[in-house]
Amino acid sequence: MEQFAPVKRSGDNQPVRYLIVDDSVFARKNLGKMVESFGGQVVGEAGDGVTAITEYDRLTPDIVLMDITMPQMEGIEAAEKIVGQHPTARIVMVSSVGYQENIVAALQRGARHFVQKPVKPEVLYEIIKYVMRDDQAAPQTAGAGAGA
Amino acid sequence: MRMELIQPFLNSADAVLAQGLESAVSIDNLTMDEQAYRRKGIAAEVCLTGDIEGRIIFDADEHTAASFASHLAGTEVGGSDELVREAVCELANQIIGNAVTVLNDQGFHFRVHPPTIHTSEQGSKSSEDTEAVVLCFSTTHGKVYMNVALRYHHSSLHQAAAGR
Repeated sequence: MEQFAPVKRSGDNQPVRYLIVDDSVFARKNLGKMVESFGGQVVGEAGDGVTAITEYDRLTPDIVLMDITMPQMEGIEAAEKIVGQHPTARIVMVSSVGYQENIVAALQRGARHFVQKPVKPEVLYEIIKYVMRDDQAAPQTAGAGAGA
Repeated sequence: MRMELIQPFLNSADAVLAQGLESAVSIDNLTMDEQAYRRKGIAAEVCLTGDIEGRIIFDADEHTAASFASHLAGTEVGGSDELVREAVCELANQIIGNAVTVLNDQGFHFRVHPPTIHTSEQGSKSSEDTEAVVLCFSTTHGKVYMNVALRYHHSSLHQAAAGR
């Protein structure tokens, strides 16, 4: 996999810590390899929204990569609950389903960004840089077919 | 089944397989199937409910599926049945997710359910309303099949008649 210039936390210059949430083990592995190529560190994984909330509380990662369609609790609801408890949480939705209403719902409930699967590493890299550079900026969307 | 329902799946499969597998992709065959579905190997099923209802089965023989998984993982995973099944599910999820996004942009609203491994040898027989279209794609890893059985929900037909 292509290597990118490392994205570090601005405060302490340490690797960005990621929580990856997807019901597919395969998708989690792929996203994990991708963020490691950005110089990041995967500190936790979850396969559903309920586990994502408990793992966020336990790990307080810098960024959450969150799938939408998952069993038990879907990603948008989990994102809303995490941001409700942790208003500075940086959540990037990652889904193959790029409905306009899904994107809008996710952003309205606190997600910072949206990227559609299949994820291109260069697209996710730019999103990570954007989300880490300015966590007060207005949310944007990116990725094939995101359309917002 | 109308071609307008099939075209997004053709386009999406072409794009996702080409990108994800870094493979040339060609459409080998497109046939109507009124017989009960017979699984070819490792198959993932995704169900839709809403304006358009039905299911799509994404299917590849075991050797092809293992080759997909190894390519996507960047390492040989032939010994891991779970990873091979996960790879098939993830490809199905991406292809179907991208296709239904296009249908959603056309005004159809529905819910996509998470992919599940289709384990039975035979699926339900198609009915007049849900006759299946079988798409066969050739990749450098082998052939993959998509069995698409969808129908318009009655309420969406009424909306279409009213000039959607």
